[in-house]
Amino acid sequence: MLKVLFFARVREQLGCSSLELHWPEAGTDLNELQEQLCRERGDAWREVLTQVNMIRAVNQLVMEGNCALHDGDEIAFFPPVTGG
Amino acid sequence: MGAPTRIRVKVQADDFDVARLQSSLLIGAQEEGAVATFTGYVRAANEERQVITLQLEHYPGMTEASIEDIVSQAALRWPLLAATVVHRVGKLSIGDQIVWVGVASSHREAAFSACEFIMDYLKTRAPFWKKEFGPEGEHWVSARQYDSSRAARWQEDNAL
Repeated sequence: MLKVLFFARVREQLGCSSLELHWPEAGTDLNELQEQLCRERGDAWREVLTQVNMIRAVNQLVMEGNCALHDGDEIAFFPPVTGG
Repeated sequence: MGAPTRIRVKVQADDFDVARLQSSLLIGAQEEGAVATFTGYVRAANEERQVITLQLEHYPGMTEASIEDIVSQAALRWPLLAATVVHRVGKLSIGDQIVWVGVASSHREAAFSACEFIMDYLKTRAPFWKKEFGPEGEHWVSARQYDSSRAARWQEDNAL
């Protein structure tokens, strides 16, 4: 299984805070997972997930580009951070 | 460098007592000559929007780990004895304390610099998101270029 989390504005725009998806069907790398989410869930999801400045994390580490996904991975999509 | 830096990171909904945090930073070591601290508060206005309350969201687990990583990086750059970061989440009102950073060192230069470094990186790296609530409705706060520039400054310093 893959656990996919959405935070802040991204969570609100999608109306979804988390998903559990089967691995490897849901995607064997980060770009493939994102593309499948966009394709299966429609234009609204594509619009949100392809926003510029979207941050993607795998197992709680920010990824600058694509990376392989493995069973049990936790993936997160979130906007630029605004703490402090 | 001597003993490892004593690092404490806490993300919590509750308010915090600055005096207690500062004294707990000091317990144990004899060579402390300087403590620098920073306290962040909720402002009444942000980018000319009036703010009544803030809702702070975080990514449990990743937020704590990313702050620990930032503090560890500071401890590699400066000889720190102890460092504590407390960051609140949940609903906050104007004037509430949001964040506290305290750094203990033998000398002031390291304490001042490390405290600023930790705040600059926390603002651009730690997964927290602020949503403002005011008379004009709700508004997710946007990341500011200013904060990214502040954090990038440390990398330029490092390259010198």
